[in-house]
Amino acid sequence: MNPVYYLYLAALLFTIGATGVLIRRNAIVVFMCIELMLNACNLAFVVFSRMHGNLDGQIIAFFTMVVAAAEVVVGLAIIVSLFRTRHSASVDDASLMKL
Amino acid sequence: MENLIALLIAAPLLGAAVLLVGGRRLDAVGHWIGTLLSTTSFVFGVILFADLLGRNADDRTLMQHLFTWVPVAGFQADVTFRLDQLSMTFVLLITGVGSLIHLYSVGYMEHDERRRRFFGYLNLFLAAMLLLVLADNYLLLYVGWEGVGLASYLLIGFWQHKPSAATAAKKAFIVNRVGDMGLSIAIMLMFTTFGTFAFGPVLSHATDASEGRLTAIGLMLLLAACGKSAQVPLQSWLGDAMEGPTPVSALIHAATMVTAGVYLIVRSGAVFNAAPDAQLVVTVVGAVTLLFGAIVGCAKDDIKKALAGSTMSQIGYMVLAAGLGPIGYVFAIMHLVTHGFFKAGLFLGAGSVMHGMNDEVDMRRYGGLRKYMPVTFVTFGLGYLAIIGFPGLSGFFSKDKIIEAAFAKGGTEGWILGTCALLGAAITAFYMTRVMLMTFFGEERWRNQPTRSPEAPSAEPAAEHRGEHAEPHPHESPKVMTIPMIALAIGSVFAGGFFSIGDRFLHWLEPITGHSEGDSPLSAGAVTGATMVCLVIGVGIAYLQYGRRPVPAVAPRGSLLTRAARRDLLQDDFNHVVLVRGGEHLTRSLVYVDHTLVDGVVNGTAAGFGGLSGRLRRLQNGYARSYAVSMFGGAALLVAATLLMRAV
Repeated sequence: MNPVYYLYLAALLFTIGATGVLIRRNAIVVFMCIELMLNACNLAFVVFSRMHGNLDGQIIAFFTMVVAAAEVVVGLAIIVSLFRTRHSASVDDASLMKL
Repeated sequence: MENLIALLIAAPLLGAAVLLVGGRRLDAVGHWIGTLLSTTSFVFGVILFADLLGRNADDRTLMQHLFTWVPVAGFQADVTFRLDQLSMTFVLLITGVGSLIHLYSVGYMEHDERRRRFFGYLNLFLAAMLLLVLADNYLLLYVGWEGVGLASYLLIGFWQHKPSAATAAKKAFIVNRVGDMGLSIAIMLMFTTFGTFAFGPVLSHATDASEGRLTAIGLMLLLAACGKSAQVPLQSWLGDAMEGPTPVSALIHAATMVTAGVYLIVRSGAVFNAAPDAQLVVTVVGAVTLLFGAIVGCAKDDIKKALAGSTMSQIGYMVLAAGLGPIGYVFAIMHLVTHGFFKAGLFLGAGSVMHGMNDEVDMRRYGGLRKYMPVTFVTFGLGYLAIIGFPGLSGFFSKDKIIEAAFAKGGTEGWILGTCALLGAAITAFYMTRVMLMTFFGEERWRNQPTRSPEAPSAEPAAEHRGEHAEPHPHESPKVMTIPMIALAIGSVFAGGFFSIGDRFLHWLEPITGHSEGDSPLSAGAVTGATMVCLVIGVGIAYLQYGRRPVPAVAPRGSLLTRAARRDLLQDDFNHVVLVRGGEHLTRSLVYVDHTLVDGVVNGTAAGFGGLSGRLRRLQNGYARSYAVSMFGGAALLVAATLLMRAV
């Protein structure tokens, strides 16, 4: 099977994730879309690793997973505390950081 | 003997320090301390004079090196005093007349509660003036020059509670400042030209420099002299300086300080001799001022201001003589000394009259005072005869010599300058006779005075201010005031003859200033004759106008020239229109440029950045998703750019 198809899939997943980040208001959904983008990248890394016969891409994919796990912890904590104070998980409600 | 020179200055300086620092506990004796120290300085002066007389004519320069003031490589300023015939003459004049005026002030200022301070200032003036004439380099001279300016300021504004006096003091100080700028520029030019500003090297190497340089130095020195000596165009302060107490007018604004400009020119003679253009300007300034002052003196009803005009005119004579070069230096100084006697005497006489007349200064409210003040009348009268050049008295010898010297310059210039000097002599005779007749002769106009009409043009603010409406009781002044007047009158009578007979003064000063006879187109006798004719004409016109006819109590409107002269020939109006208005316009346009151009650039830049950031701020709307869009957009652009670059 041609590995290029996996790259198309990765691109598709990334696009879906990016679109979700841009158009969804719910912070949880946005968060999941970010995960989707990260995993699309992971897929691409692995595919390139396979295509070039080089293990670096697979190692970086592990790193990305570790970072993503840490990010999930911090991100969910922020979303939970945001929800506690504002009773909403909409990203548009958290728009106080402006002049 | 050299060590005495510093003591000349130290004595009055000590007096000033003691009196000004000592405070009220010295009020009772302060005036005597001041007088004593001034006299001490005079005694030192006489001792040194005797020492100089005992030496050969070419060995009469004493130097005292005190310390090195600025010891920098290539810039050496010493505190060194030079006592030669020229400075000796000044020392004797300053300390002698100064001591007499100290004595006079004891009586004149008796009822002033700030008398101690007054004597402190007088001593300060003496010290500064002595420093000026004894300095051996121009920088030290500048210290004395500024010192006398300060003392003059303090003394003109001594009655500072009168706004007119405070203003006059400021005016004198500011006008003098213009001249001081000239002196400092001259010193800088000297330093760049000669590498030093000590008298010895500068004056002996004067001819080495280019004529253009010397002319520049000469003109700057002349500017300085104009400021200090009240010469056109910096003459406007002297008339107002009469707001000071009368002894101040006598000492500083008649006998000594205002002659500092003449000293400067004569001392720098070597520079001027090598710069004929500068000399010509000096003579023109002198001739213009001598007529200017004389015309102003004719129209003033305030006795002190009339005398101030006369001072200006007489110093004009000296400056004219000093501009003539070696023909005139000696006579400039001789006239300076005799003028010191008779003008100080006249001012002290005027002070004595004011003292007896409730401080009235308007001569139209005097008249017939000779019966009431015999001593003042006689001494003032002798001073009067001396200043108009009555044969045999001081002014006759010294002024006549200047007129001769002016003719001796030769050529058309000689004729023009000589004619100006002769004309000045006639006007001098006129206005001094006028003062004499209005004050001591005629009806007693001070009796039953009508209330002064407010629009009377001769109204003196000072007299109104004091609000003396009671009829004055003229009386002779106390002995402490009359003795100095008598002493000065003796000087006015005999000094000129003493100096001239056997050319004593000429031989005394010649080693310093040099002398040449010039080539006069007229014989000495002819000049004397012409001077006498002018004298008689001047006195005659004054007698017809003020002796034969009663003097109106309110000044008549007068001709255009009279009215202009009453306003000091529009000097203040000229200064106002040209300098004050001009300065205002300049300032306004500069402010306009500053506001529009400079501020415009600065404020415009700031506003531009402000507007730009205001627009950029809109991007920060706080919506995380819009940030995400710009992030994706940016990333997409970067990727696109990378791909594009690769493709190329």
